[in-house]
Amino acid sequence: MVSIGCAISEPGSTRKNKTGSWRTFKPILDKNACVDCNNCLMFCPEGCVNKDHDIDYDYCKGCGICKEECPVQAIKMEIE
Amino acid sequence: MAKEIMTTNRAVAEAVKLAKPQVVPVYPITPQTTISEYLAQFVADGDLDAEYIRVESEHSAISATLGASEAGVRVFTATSSQGLMLMHEILFAAAGMRAPIVMADANRAISAPLNIWNDQQDSIAQRDAGWIQLYVENAQEGFDTILQAYRIAEHEEVMLPVMVCLDGFILTHTVEPVDLLEQAEVDTFLEPYVPKFAYLDPERPMSLGNFADPTYYTEARHDMQVAMDKSMEVIKEVGAEFGEKFGREYGLTESYLCDDAEIILVCMGSMASTVRHVVDQLRAKGEKVGLLKIRSYRPFPFEEIDEITKNAEKLAVLDKNFSFGIGGALFADLKAKCHKETYGFILGLGGRDVIPEYIEEAVELTKNPVKEVTWLGLKEDE
Repeated sequence: MVSIGCAISEPGSTRKNKTGSWRTFKPILDKNACVDCNNCLMFCPEGCVNKDHDIDYDYCKGCGICKEECPVQAIKMEIE
Repeated sequence: MAKEIMTTNRAVAEAVKLAKPQVVPVYPITPQTTISEYLAQFVADGDLDAEYIRVESEHSAISATLGASEAGVRVFTATSSQGLMLMHEILFAAAGMRAPIVMADANRAISAPLNIWNDQQDSIAQRDAGWIQLYVENAQEGFDTILQAYRIAEHEEVMLPVMVCLDGFILTHTVEPVDLLEQAEVDTFLEPYVPKFAYLDPERPMSLGNFADPTYYTEARHDMQVAMDKSMEVIKEVGAEFGEKFGREYGLTESYLCDDAEIILVCMGSMASTVRHVVDQLRAKGEKVGLLKIRSYRPFPFEEIDEITKNAEKLAVLDKNFSFGIGGALFADLKAKCHKETYGFILGLGGRDVIPEYIEEAVELTKNPVKEVTWLGLKEDE
């Protein structure tokens, strides 16, 4: 049940909107091949990669920029 | 109070004054202009304590009206024809944001060709915006309906904007006797607006007009359909209460001599007066005809129409609008939702007079049909 007119009275509720549902291709990181360059962390437009290079699939939209920017091809895009 | 002589535009403005909106953004357009002028005068004279915003376009007029409504106050605006077309985008936003706006639309033809005279194509073209649409027959109905419109729009199970449609010139510029109400009388019927749901309040911060992804959008739109269905009861309740208090009762429709009618003429707005006159004349000749006036076009009261027309053989639907390839909008709705042999007639476009002869012709062509949709009074090449 949505509120009348989709009004939102709770701050920060955008977090509930799991934009990961929009994803078609899922990035999979092979941590053994990773050289810790942090390119994926810096280039991810959604801030979905943390310092340990864990990917937050709740919000990753599958854009594939991390895969493009990885210098050692440690990230693969798999269809979901 | 004694009756006064005035146009429907004046009657609408008088009703708005009595409803006491706090913000009135209006942009003038023929034939609505005198509504904006009367309201400006009321505000200048101190008779209406409202913020009168002289906006730069109709898109701004409805945007400012929506913004003010979301700030939690009662609002009013008015427009016509091309102005309503310019409002199109915000009409959907106003309904989706569930703003209880009341707006008068002086029904006028749409360009091209450019035409300032009456038909109902402008409001019909906005029928899917999510607004309740009430069509009035005369100045008295215009006055009474504006007051009821606030009660309907602000009802907590409705919360939808209401468009009060009045035929341009035929009503807006024609003087008639109108029984005005005193402020004290209106105050017993229409209380000050107290917002309850979505409105801006620093004590209770809220985000309005939000983004809704596929998870929420369908439900938000469905909620509007539920409110629209509910509004049928509310329109009837409010109209009945108005009748109890002031002696003039209103509903979703108004029927005249329909019980034993073989052919029922169906129409909206000022045309109903002419049709009633023709029904009387044809009845005097022994013809069993009746009139069904649709006051509420959205919501569309098809169950009530089915009940009223249950004894009739055929319906003759008179439309001052046209949907290309289908016929009149009212005709198409009746074909879709009611279960009668139905014929459609297009007339009164761009200010062409709706004369009794056209209505008699519609009755004849319903008795002996040639085709489903007929344009009445169409001139051959000269």
